[in-house]
Amino acid sequence: MADRNASVQILDGNRAAAIGATLSRVQVVAAYPITPQSPVTETLSEFVEEGNLNAEYVAVESEHSALAVCTSASIVGARTFTATSSHGLAYMHEMLHWVAGTRLPVVLACVNRAIGAPWNVLNDQQDSISQRDTGWIQIYARNNQEILDSVIQAYKIAETVYVPVMVCYDGYILSHTEMPVDIPLQEDVDRFLPPYKPHTTLDPAKPRNYNLVTLANPRVNAEGVLCHGYMEIRYLLQEALQNSRGTIARVGQEFGELFGRSYAKMFWEDRLDDADIVIVAMGSLAMEATVAADMLREEGHKAGVLGLRVFRPFPKSDLVKALKKSRLIVVFDKNISYGLEGATCSEIKSALYGSGANAVVRNFIVGLGGRDVKARELADAVKKSLSSMKEGVLNNEYPEWICEI
Amino acid sequence: MGTRECKHICGESSQGIGEAGRTGEWRSARPVIDHDKCTPARQNKPACFLCWLYCPDAVISKTIPVQINLEYCKGCEICAQVCPTHAITMVNEEEFSS
Amino acid sequence: MKTNAVNLTETEYVLPGNRLCPGCSVSLAYRHILKALEGQVIVTVPASCLTVLHGMYPVTSVTVPCVNTPFASTGASATGLIAGLKALGRKDLTVLAIAGDGGTYDIGIQALSGAAERQDDFIYICYDNEGYMNTGNQRSGSTPLGAISGTTPILGKQQNQKDMTAIMEAHGLPYVATANASYPLDLYDKVRKASAIEGTRFIHVFTPCPPGWRFPFSDTIRIGDLAVQTGWDILYEVENGAFRLTSASASVARKGNLRPVREFLVEQGRFKNLTEEQINQLQDRVNARWQRCLDRATDLS
Repeated sequence: MADRNASVQILDGNRAAAIGATLSRVQVVAAYPITPQSPVTETLSEFVEEGNLNAEYVAVESEHSALAVCTSASIVGARTFTATSSHGLAYMHEMLHWVAGTRLPVVLACVNRAIGAPWNVLNDQQDSISQRDTGWIQIYARNNQEILDSVIQAYKIAETVYVPVMVCYDGYILSHTEMPVDIPLQEDVDRFLPPYKPHTTLDPAKPRNYNLVTLANPRVNAEGVLCHGYMEIRYLLQEALQNSRGTIARVGQEFGELFGRSYAKMFWEDRLDDADIVIVAMGSLAMEATVAADMLREEGHKAGVLGLRVFRPFPKSDLVKALKKSRLIVVFDKNISYGLEGATCSEIKSALYGSGANAVVRNFIVGLGGRDVKARELADAVKKSLSSMKEGVLNNEYPEWICEI
Repeated sequence: MGTRECKHICGESSQGIGEAGRTGEWRSARPVIDHDKCTPARQNKPACFLCWLYCPDAVISKTIPVQINLEYCKGCEICAQVCPTHAITMVNEEEFSS
Repeated sequence: MKTNAVNLTETEYVLPGNRLCPGCSVSLAYRHILKALEGQVIVTVPASCLTVLHGMYPVTSVTVPCVNTPFASTGASATGLIAGLKALGRKDLTVLAIAGDGGTYDIGIQALSGAAERQDDFIYICYDNEGYMNTGNQRSGSTPLGAISGTTPILGKQQNQKDMTAIMEAHGLPYVATANASYPLDLYDKVRKASAIEGTRFIHVFTPCPPGWRFPFSDTIRIGDLAVQTGWDILYEVENGAFRLTSASASVARKGNLRPVREFLVEQGRFKNLTEEQINQLQDRVNARWQRCLDRATDLS
């Protein structure tokens, strides 16, 4: 068990992420500044220049390049880190696919920010949600402690399953807000996180070529072994993500044993045991939801909160178990898949399909572009959903929005 | 039979000759060397070797006599063009088909 | 000792039976680039003809370690390799980024400029076939005025080429050079020289393309040579700011026998629609550039 006297400091989310990367002994950092992520890259450059982080700090000229630098450095065998937000994440979209397809354990901190048009530098989760198809593990932190802890765990998870990990946290609400964070000791992190063992080699004595054009069908190599077609390589990525649930749980448990904070579950629960109304949300929004649940409980409703932490791989079966007894599930999304509904809501519904669950599901779009979300509004939305249950409609066509239109 | 035997988790390639198959089948004419005109053959020592230098496909050897790997020679004619003693002529493949 | 075909190493890093066209100058250039680096390299390559030379998974025709990277990112990929090697304390390998004119002049210019500005320690080679040849010859920033391409099919390109080598020189690099596949020994020597210099080194290699430029593939070497004889392509190097003409360009300068650019243009189907006015414009451009080189040349002995 780690020394309980490890220092507790008042840190903002950006600094927590930077410290997490530093404790993880990252070797190559390549990050391009963007509001509200810039302090992460500034802090890391400060640590490097002070001599407190022994890493190559690359002042890249764009986000696309930032991830390209991490890709190559990771192939060489270095532990890499990058951070970005919003347009920066969008700019590296192509590289996100590339990193996952190469099965590299890159860790990326996404400081969630709205995407234009129009320009907006404030928080919502559209940026990382839009990238959920790329094959990255996605973890959403609910407070600054989780940010630091998730970055460290991210390396262990990524380097075990060879899938990149994105640690997401809300811009401004977490990135620029200070809270107490228990900082693990370096020697304890060293015990937890062994050095990176790459699956790639760059050696003229045994030359390998990575990511050549791959045909549709399997093809025999020079040694006569039938090798994958494109589809089999991609199958393996999906398989790795499916199997990563076990690793995420195990790593989370080990983290708990060493540092006193367990992350064995892919979502956290607040008063779900006796709840028949469940509020689902991700990130700091889920914390606000616990205040809404307090209000609802005071008014006699048995409300609980399911705070989704790991979004990819989506914890389908665990979620179904947790939501089995619900009568009403209200999902608050700080994102929307335009033309349909909030992404979390869609995915919950898809998880519930065929499970026998017969809850009413309601979706509310909230907090886009930094619009403040008040617990009272969340509680009212739940009450509105309760009234609408009389109509007997399980699944609405489109979500409702809490905004000023 | 599936591809599980293949241990790759990403697109990792290793070297092999003839990656594009027997590229000798691409050509319509093949280079033929007249060793009486070829400088290293005549001098019986390493000399010239411009055909080797300029071959885009590395199918010519710096040996005496100079040899061309017809399994992979694409018949581009560059060797014939650069040979300073005109020792190489391009002969239509039809003349060699059995 | 002067490099020649006899003393040049026999070790080949490009294996026969690869996918490039017969008579491809890129293949020829690459053979000698890798010989000059003795195979002690990690190569990074974007989408390009060279990718095709490298083969298709799971077999590669090239016997050096290689990292393929998306189109825009060659410079950044090289930076990443360097950073990774440095972080791991490995000093044994040269990082070689090699891209076509598309991946250098156009989509790849940002990443290359960024890497050059950071003075990252690698060699960047641009092989220039004056078009996006891998995708069937669409116009690039290097396609010349008047040239027909897939995207300038009738009127020909309306703009002049970018002078990418001059752009790279403006980054203040320790070594910038031009080379030509028809002069493999000059190319070899330049790559060799570059390999001993620290910092970002840029070499532009002129690589004629038979199907794209529309000339018989047997003529590849002759076309490359004509380019130099007419001043279309000028062979030079700039080492820490000191400019020097080399190889056949130095000879042409000494003898003063630059041939009319028309002799180069008339050999290629891509120029069949050139107007007299465009030919004159091209000649003027070549003359101006040649004169600038003559003015800069410090050693014509």
